[in-house]
Order: sequence, then C-alpha cells, then structure tokens
Amino acid sequence: MKLIIAYVQPHKLNDVKVELYKNEIYKMSVTNALGCGQQKGFTEHYRGVAIEVNLLKKVRLEIAVNDAYVKPTVDAIIKGAQTGEIGDGKIFIMPLEECVRIRSKETGGSAIG
Amino acid sequence: MKKFRFIILTVLVFGCGAGFAFADGATTESNAGAIDMVWTLIAAFLVFFMQAGFAMVETGFTRAKNAGNILMKNLMDFAVGAIAFFVIGYGVMFGASKLGLFGTDGFLLLGADAKTYSFWMFQVVFAATAATIVSGAMAERTKFKSYLVYSAFISAFIYPVVGHWIWGGGWLGAKGFLDFAGSTVVHSVGGWAALAGAIILGPRTGKYITINGKTEVKAIPGHNIPLAALGVFILWFGWYGFNAGSTTAGTNESIAVISLTTTLAAAAGAIAAMFFTWFRFGKPDPSMSLNGALAGLVGITAGCAYVSPLAALVIGLCAGVLVALSVEFIDKVLKIDDPVGAISVHGVCGTFGTLAVGLFATDGGLFTTGNAALLGIQALGVVTVFAWVFGTASLLFLGIRLVMGLRVSKEEELKGLDIEEHGIESYSGFQIFLNQ
Repeated sequence: MKLIIAYVQPHKLNDVKVELYKNEIYKMSVTNALGCGQQKGFTEHYRGVAIEVNLLKKVRLEIAVNDAYVKPTVDAIIKGAQTGEIGDGKIFIMPLEECVRIRSKETGGSAIG
Repeated sequence: MKKFRFIILTVLVFGCGAGFAFADGATTESNAGAIDMVWTLIAAFLVFFMQAGFAMVETGFTRAKNAGNILMKNLMDFAVGAIAFFVIGYGVMFGASKLGLFGTDGFLLLGADAKTYSFWMFQVVFAATAATIVSGAMAERTKFKSYLVYSAFISAFIYPVVGHWIWGGGWLGAKGFLDFAGSTVVHSVGGWAALAGAIILGPRTGKYITINGKTEVKAIPGHNIPLAALGVFILWFGWYGFNAGSTTAGTNESIAVISLTTTLAAAAGAIAAMFFTWFRFGKPDPSMSLNGALAGLVGITAGCAYVSPLAALVIGLCAGVLVALSVEFIDKVLKIDDPVGAISVHGVCGTFGTLAVGLFATDGGLFTTGNAALLGIQALGVVTVFAWVFGTASLLFLGIRLVMGLRVSKEEELKGLDIEEHGIESYSGFQIFLNQ
C-alpha cells in the first residue's frame, strides 16, 4: 500500500480528476494548500500598489492505493497536471503502514480498494 | 425641558411662516412643475441604485474567482454608457425625428433647460439598465476591454434607436404601441443583446461536456446566494422608481396604482417560480425564486399603468413560470450558457410583458375588450425590436471578436478573470477552491 500526495495547480485539478477517472481511480481527498517551489511567487496589485505574494495557491491530493495502482495514479496526475511550465507541482509517494475502513473495520488492501 | 420644547416649536412655526412668505411668487403650475421634477429625480436615483442590484445578482450567481471582474463590468457599463448617452444616445433617442427611425439633434444636451436635465437623468439610468443586463449573460469568459467597447455602442446607438421608436416620437409609438416603463425598450433590448453575446461568445469551459457524442449539461453554481438575494431586493426596490417614476410626474395620481401592480406582479412571480421548481425538482429553489421575482417585475413593466391589479397578479404568475421554463429551455435544449438567466428574465419575460399589455390592458386589451388590434401592434413591436437588437448586437460582437477578440483564453478562464484581467483577488485571505 502506498500513499500518494500530489501538489498541483488549482486550475489543473479538473484535468487531473478526468485522467484519474479514466484510469479507474475514484477515491481521493483534496484540500487547498499554499506553497512555493522554483516558481517562488507572483505579484498582485491592490489599488495600484504591488503586493508580493510569496506562497502560491495549490491543491493537495491524497490518494491511498494498492501497489498495482501506483503507476496508473502517478501517470494520470502527470498527464492531467503537466503544462511544462515551472509551477506544475510535485508528487510524493510513501509507504502506507495500515488502512482501516471505519464503517466495516476492514483493514489493509481491501479497505483501500 | 418644557421650555426647550417651546423654543423649538416657536422656531418651527416661524420657520414655516418664513417658508410660505418665500414661496409667495409660486403659482399652482410652478409648484406642480417642482413636484414633477423632484419625483422624476428621486425615481431616477432609485433606478440608479438598480445598478447595485444587478452587480450583486450577477456576482452572487457566478464564481468567486470572477467576482471583481463582474463588478468592474457593472461599474464601467454605467460610467461608459452615461457618457455615451450624454454625447450621442440622448440625441438619437429624443432629437427631432428622421422618418420616425432616429433622432437627429440634442447631442451633448446643447441648449437644454432644467426640465430636460431631469428628464435626461431619468433616461440615462434606463439606458444603463439595458446595458448592464448583458454582463450577466456574458459573465466569466468575456475580455474586459471588449466589454468596454460594447458598453459604449449599446448606450450610444442600439438602445436609443429602440427608445426613439417607442418613446421618442418614432414610428412604433405613433402606431399606438404601448410600453409604459420599458418591458421592450429596456428589458428586451438588454435581453436580446445578451442572447447575441452569449451565442457568439460560446459557453463557459466545463458547462457542456460531450462524451461519445452525447452532450451533458453541467451546473456551475453561483458562489454567494445571499449577495444574489440582496441584489434582487435592491432591484425590486429600485423598480418602484423604474415603473412609478415613468410617469415623470409626481402630480400624476396613477403612481399609486402603478406601485400596486408592480408589487403584486413581483410577489406573484416569486411564488410561481418557487412552486414551479418545487413541483418539478422536489425542492423550492432559492436562485430560481429570485429570478421569478425579477421575471414578475419585468413582465409588469410594460403594463403597470394600463392593467388592473388582478391582471397584474396573473401577469406575474405567468412570468414566474415562464422564466423557469425558459431558463431550462435555453440551458438544456438550446445549450446557450447564460450564468444568471438574463436572457430569460429580461428578453423572454420582457416580450411576454409587452404582449400582455395587448391581452390585459383595460383600454384595448383582447381579454378586456375583445379587440385584437392592440395585441397586433404589440406583437409587431416585439418582432421588430428583436430583429434590430439581435441583428445589430450580433454584428457588434462579431466585429469586436474579429478586431480585438471577445473571449479570454481557456487558461485565463480556469484561473479566473480577477487575477488574469485585473491582477487582484476579490476574496483575499479567504479559502476558495480556484479550480471551480
């Protein structure tokens, strides 16, 4: 079991969702996130005065999958989120020790799938 | 304390006495003129406030990432439109008539007197109302600078020509076409221009999705129903200026019955739309009920001075159902993306309200007198105004699309027009899903 965490551009989330659905991955959690990487920041203007906005808006996806689904998930996220510009985001993959479905107390792979 | 009250009373009595003495030179006519001017201007200020209503309705019914953009459009279509109407529009609408088609003098209000100024004030807020209807239907995807160009043209040419036909001494008015406060002149003009704009612009990204040749209609919910509701209440409030003010005479006692018919139609429209959605979708829908109140108001605008209170109630009920049907038809069958329902509320219900005068007018209506002549004239007006507005607005939007582009890029649309067009967020410090 792996936990996949991806940070993508907010306006690419819908494309990512479409690609995930195509690869039969339907379960995910999405939250708003702030962050910065190579892109560093961008400038806004409020009543003519520039504001340096250092932390950019991103969305964070968390998807827990069985090992066989790691590659399809990662592929789908890349396909949906990639524009080739700086700021497309990152994907982190980490081992997942256990998973419990609260309703049925199932554990492990069957609880994820 | 008692002494103090006495002093105030004395001052008041003497003050009034001084007032009467000052008005010694006034005649019944000059007082009537003053009352008329005050009424016209107060009504004009009420109608001006409808700009705030439109701004709130349109902001509430669209997404958070475009809120600042739609507010800018509402601000600028008044600002640009007022100047265009001052320089050109008023002359085209009320100048000396050329063949009953358009006016030819009075540009820049040259040689006008105080009465004309107050009349201009009342007319400019009407012109701005017609202009601002369009921004809702074209929301969330229109280039800002292109919208500015449109604003000048509708207030300078498209709207004033229709106004001239009906109110400015033109051919439709001469035929006996009745549109008391502008179901056709203002609302249909805005609604049909909105239709042309929404068609030429195309739907928002993600509104209609085609999978395997089958097109699915998606809902794109507005981000703030409380703001939309505030906007509708402001519009309803302003509408008393719109309809009752259209007497442009405070000495005209029909302002009372006009206020009554306006209220009944709006209430009936809201109720009809609410029950319609309740029966059809299982729950009373707030956004459609709000549209229903507006539909009732638009529907009664033409006939508010010509129909009985009971007829007003019927007109409102019909308009409330009509708007719900029309929104569904335009969205699901025609697949024209109108985020706030402007085409249905203003175009369709404006047309219905104009025809309703031919049906319900106490003097000349088909149902009241059995005479169909008025209904025929109303229908002629509806058709010719549609042809003029839809034709010229289509040419205008196609021209803008050719010269400077009408629509923002897909990426800009997804990121939001606030950031991309204006470089600012409307809800700084709030958590908003910008992917929506």
